[in-house]
Amino acid sequence: MAHGPSENFFTRWFFSTNHKDIGTLYLWFSFAMFLLGGAFAMIIRAELFQPGMQLIKPEFFNQMTTMHGLVMVFGAIMPAFVGLANWLIPMMIGAPDMALPRMNNLSFWILPFAFAILVSTLFMEGGGPNFGWTFYAPLSTTYAPDTVNYFIFGVHLMGASSIMGSINIIATVMNMRAPGMTYMKMPLFVWTWLITAFLLVAVMPVLAGAVTMMLMDINFGTSFFDAAGGGDPVLFQHVFWFFGHPEVYIIILPAFGVVSQIIPTFSRKPLFGYSSMVYATAAIAFLSFIVWAHHMFTVGMPIAGELYFMYATMLIAVPTGVKVFNWITTMYKGSITYETPMLFCIAFVILFTFGGFTGMMLSIAAADTQYHDTYFVVAHFHYVMVAGAVFSGTAAIYYWLPKWCGRMYDETMGKVQFWLAFIAFNITFMPQHFLGLAGMPRRYSDYGLQFADWNMVSSIGAFMYGGAQLLFLFNVIRTIGWGKPVEDPKVWEGADGLEWTLPTPPPFHTFSTPPVVK
Amino acid sequence: METRSANKSVVIKSTIGAIIMFMFAIFVLPPLYDLFCEALGIGGKTGGPYQAEVLTIDDTRQVEVQFVVTNNATMPWEFYPVKDKVFVHPGESNEITFFAKNLTGNDMVGQAIPNILPNNAADFFHKTECFCFNSQPLDAGDDAELMVQFIIDPELPRSVNTVTLSYTIFDITDRVADLKITQL
Repeated sequence: MAHGPSENFFTRWFFSTNHKDIGTLYLWFSFAMFLLGGAFAMIIRAELFQPGMQLIKPEFFNQMTTMHGLVMVFGAIMPAFVGLANWLIPMMIGAPDMALPRMNNLSFWILPFAFAILVSTLFMEGGGPNFGWTFYAPLSTTYAPDTVNYFIFGVHLMGASSIMGSINIIATVMNMRAPGMTYMKMPLFVWTWLITAFLLVAVMPVLAGAVTMMLMDINFGTSFFDAAGGGDPVLFQHVFWFFGHPEVYIIILPAFGVVSQIIPTFSRKPLFGYSSMVYATAAIAFLSFIVWAHHMFTVGMPIAGELYFMYATMLIAVPTGVKVFNWITTMYKGSITYETPMLFCIAFVILFTFGGFTGMMLSIAAADTQYHDTYFVVAHFHYVMVAGAVFSGTAAIYYWLPKWCGRMYDETMGKVQFWLAFIAFNITFMPQHFLGLAGMPRRYSDYGLQFADWNMVSSIGAFMYGGAQLLFLFNVIRTIGWGKPVEDPKVWEGADGLEWTLPTPPPFHTFSTPPVVK
Repeated sequence: METRSANKSVVIKSTIGAIIMFMFAIFVLPPLYDLFCEALGIGGKTGGPYQAEVLTIDDTRQVEVQFVVTNNATMPWEFYPVKDKVFVHPGESNEITFFAKNLTGNDMVGQAIPNILPNNAADFFHKTECFCFNSQPLDAGDDAELMVQFIIDPELPRSVNTVTLSYTIFDITDRVADLKITQL
């Protein structure tokens, strides 16, 4: 029986088991977190605008860098892609909904509580977590503020949410595909998410283990990371990065999926090298498990270890290069049009590749001794996280939003936002490479006078970039509320895939009868 | 329904997988890390008491052994090596002393944790006797001379001419009551 969403606001959103509504919740939640994490970044850049202490105290600065990282990684980027997965995976594989709708509701509604716990520490005595988003022991154990237990509990909840979300995605992709939708016919977004979900199930428990060991060390007298009791703080770094390196691919693989959907549409050509894309994704996922110690080249490792982690890390460039060349080849001789989603995707390919090259520089163990913990690293991971994950997420919203709500966004405003974001992004982060190479360490609230000019440039760029996000928010709200209705129900004439065969906007329940896939 | 049981099986398998990974992180990774460090002689951890063998003394070679100490966070003791460095021949037995004084008005227990640099020297630095094998109780205001006997193995890599033995002294007064610390 076809029926719409509940009339009651509370019942509809709090009790929702509908993949579209839960996807919407995820996306709004992640955007709220994106603005919050962005606000933290603005505070950081405002303080770093000039040398010397201007606006905030160093202790608060440390809390800002920590919370910016945690909120952006766990609150903004990851939930954004889970939201996209919720909206799109059932529509792309011809399923009526996610496989486990009630667990879907639970995995979303844990998140606001997890982040309420985490962010509330900022208002407590002693302040929030101040040990960096990587929370290295003993900074996060012996020297941590008392609120660290809230942080640990928050991370446990986020982990539980992510694991449930991924189990749901695995079950949906494996069991709910429409007849004829074989694995090798699945859209690449579905493929990248399937692999990401496996990564999440494998490594989120390791993160939970790391914070649990911290909890034990802090409260129950164990010495996992405490040398006084026979433990070792370096062990923490190994455990953390055993989670942390796959985590960065958890963030970027769904972004690869999004780009692999959008570029063919606006190039009006099918994706070049589909199966090599699938294998490359799997190869990246596998390699992500065996390279973690390249984050720790300076902690002291035997030369053989440094060489191994260096070469293994460089190896990742091969499958990633396959992907980049496939995207470029897809565009080659295509009849390309430059709508906003395509602009973001092209920027993604260029800037992500740039970030990949700085990653190659960092992978050289000998050179990393100089780059380690400088702004060069900060610049590198913002090129792959912001220009990678955030740009592709923005592209995804511009690309699918007209389908979801049946209204077109304002193309001019979208393009203005793109150019503003693109230019501001580079003004913000390009100079940080120079600062890092000149020796400016990360995570300090103050710096030597020789770093003053580029820091000011970087801060100006950051404020512009923040402004571009407000324009994005405005454009999205305007589209949903007052956008021009979409004329062509397919929205994009070059688009391909099951989700585009549905009416626009799609009804509350879709594919109650599975489509036939030839 | 077929899909339903298939979904259930995915949930069960994934949950078991997640639990295994959690257990792996807590119960397997830490001992595995210690095993690796021990097997490869990395991490700068020195071994336990060394059973002295008769080693030929290599007079042709001289190794500089430096001593550094660090007081961990809140440890208020005065603690320093009596000599900053000694020059030794590989194979000969040496004895050095450290001085520790409890400057506080409370009875305390300290524990020194050794570390060797460079890492590849750790396996060749043998301690036949060391105060770090036990914890050090010092009553209020007391002081003590703490002794270390060591032998540098003649097999020490030729590239190593200077070895640094570092001690960090920790305040373990609080935990000594309920926890027996054994230092490897």
